[in-house]
Amino acid sequence: MRRPLRHPVRTPVAPPSPPLASERIDDWLDRNAGRLFILPAVLLILAFSLFPLIISGWLALSRFRISREGFELRFAGLANFDKLLDGSQQFHLLGTSTRIGATGTVLLIATAALLAWGTIAYARSGRVSALGIVGRLIAFPLFGALALMLATTVGEGGQLGSLSTTLFYVVVGVSLQFAIGTALAFTCAQRIRGRAFFRVVFFVPLMVTPVGIAYTFRMLADMSVGPFAPLWQGLGLGEFSWAADAWTARLVVVAGDSWQWIPFIFIVMLAAFESQPTDELEAAELDGAGAWRIFRDITWPSVAPVAATVVLIRIIEAFKIVDLPNVLTNGGPGIATESLTLHAFIEWRALNLGGSAAVAYLLLFVSTIACVSFFQFVVRPMREARS
Amino acid sequence: MRERRLGEMSPLAKVLVYSVLIGWSLVVLFPLYWVLITSFKLPGQVGDGPDYLPFLDFMPSLHAWRYIFVDLGADTFRPYWNSVVIASVSTVLAMLVGSCAAYALARLHFRPRLISIGLFLLALALVVTAMATTAVPWQLAVTAGLAIFALAVRALRRAPSPRLGNGDILFWIISQRILPPVVAALPIYIMFQQLGLLDTRTAIILTYTTVNMPIVVWLMYDFFVSIPVDIEESATLDGASKLRIFLEMVLPLAKPGLAATSLLVLILSWNEYLLALFLSTADAQTIPLLVAAQNATRGPQWWYMSVLIVIMILPVVALTLLLQKFIAKGLLLGAVKG
Repeated sequence: MRRPLRHPVRTPVAPPSPPLASERIDDWLDRNAGRLFILPAVLLILAFSLFPLIISGWLALSRFRISREGFELRFAGLANFDKLLDGSQQFHLLGTSTRIGATGTVLLIATAALLAWGTIAYARSGRVSALGIVGRLIAFPLFGALALMLATTVGEGGQLGSLSTTLFYVVVGVSLQFAIGTALAFTCAQRIRGRAFFRVVFFVPLMVTPVGIAYTFRMLADMSVGPFAPLWQGLGLGEFSWAADAWTARLVVVAGDSWQWIPFIFIVMLAAFESQPTDELEAAELDGAGAWRIFRDITWPSVAPVAATVVLIRIIEAFKIVDLPNVLTNGGPGIATESLTLHAFIEWRALNLGGSAAVAYLLLFVSTIACVSFFQFVVRPMREARS
Repeated sequence: MRERRLGEMSPLAKVLVYSVLIGWSLVVLFPLYWVLITSFKLPGQVGDGPDYLPFLDFMPSLHAWRYIFVDLGADTFRPYWNSVVIASVSTVLAMLVGSCAAYALARLHFRPRLISIGLFLLALALVVTAMATTAVPWQLAVTAGLAIFALAVRALRRAPSPRLGNGDILFWIISQRILPPVVAALPIYIMFQQLGLLDTRTAIILTYTTVNMPIVVWLMYDFFVSIPVDIEESATLDGASKLRIFLEMVLPLAKPGLAATSLLVLILSWNEYLLALFLSTADAQTIPLLVAAQNATRGPQWWYMSVLIVIMILPVVALTLLLQKFIAKGLLLGAVKG
């Protein structure tokens, strides 16, 4: 029985009669509507997310072999992780170490200072809790270890592993994207002619498939037949091949990734700039405050929570990068541009399923701790400062 | 106030602003222009070095378009159609499942008991161990696991236990997005193999729905929270069921959010590469895989790739222009509130 919603007809009170079966079902459905609304989502996650996660954990602890009867799985304990962290595959994941150079020293000192500052600030905050201490006991040593790994492999003669390469994509890529995206959004937020046009144009790269972007950038970066070839030859770089040098190859990957994702940061930050409190701006301008002071004291605090959130979203997605390095450089030269996901995929292709699952699990571990830390240490304080 | 500032903007600042904006437009548009003209070039023209302007630098040719649409024919249309079906169906499903969950979390209170969740995980671990160590068929294992779980929950109905709230559920669903697809890809592959669904559109649709649903929950939750609750309350008093309130009152109000979110989800599933690579071999192949496949043994076939990239971008650009007014306010309402 359907009634129009806005003009409900109230049924007159009738003498009580036993409810019909269909009414009882309707009634039960309505009382449990909340649970039924949320059930499909939970079931989907259980089936395609939680269950696979457990199976993957099992795989990471076993050795997988194709045999005559199909395949066999044998429990191998932590052998897969041991091989990656301290065995024959260590160079692939963690890199090849060398003497700590200038870059490494700066990195180590900066990380140590940051961690010390974080610890002291936390101890003084007066909000110390058991959970907070446990969280920091997991996160801080991990960050220290990652910094040490980067510092020992980044110098001359060393080689970055897939973990360092992924961190490079995340840190350098996301910083670059945030800086350019925010600058463009700020520029576009000025009231000028043709804003709508720029907004649409800047949004376009987000719609191109990453595989397509990878090939497009391969065409553009071609030094003999690409569009910039005359420029390279003019600079005397005609013989140089970016794909054969580890750092230029990584930078081309970051360039492709940035070209795609700057629009995302741009469009969210644009909305944030446009929704800043106009009355405060007006008052500050009447007081004769300079442009820089207005930006620092009013604009930035009002957009900071959004900025932190959008960076968090980008960090989450950046850890999963795979299409670009796979197509652009095929992970090369050597393993220089291999991200962790690509590393896991290559192991899978080589039918080393246990090793593949172990790499994937390490990625999950590092990215979860990084994302949760970023949320706790950056996003949350910024939101609290605002409210 | 803004108008006044416009007046104050010095000519120098104006020049600066426009040069930044136009400069970035070139950065965005030039790669796309290059792809477009490459799709009209002959292999020899690409190999000889850069030609910039059609008709002046080189004579455009339709050979690549003919190859993709006529020679390949069905081999182009099948992946294209697969992509259309997979992207649209999985978007609709993710929007449906995700906004239902988001609405329930925004409006109703959930107090799941921690002990029930623990029992569930225990049952799940039992099922997995049973399947991994013995030759029990999976249907039997899952049923037995569910039965054990139900019995245990019933038995421990009165046991004291801390409860979780809506925020915890929301965080749990959103945190699924952190999970790298490569962790789940292999088990999902094995799962669909067991179900005989490997290389079917169904398998990819279900996977994409799960992967994208957390985004829908995240964005739509903020949207539903921002809708005033009074109208729904009066409708409840008038005896409308929760489902009808949701379908007939809340969803129409949330239209901008729905449009923008579904556009984002559609773009993500239209472009997805890694999971499709795992789950399809031939029949369910999607268009990004076809693009990647143009890197043949003879080297990358730039001209064919360019055609494919162009026909991949066109529908999404058209859709975005169509939904453009929603993007500005829709997607961002949730994100801007942080």
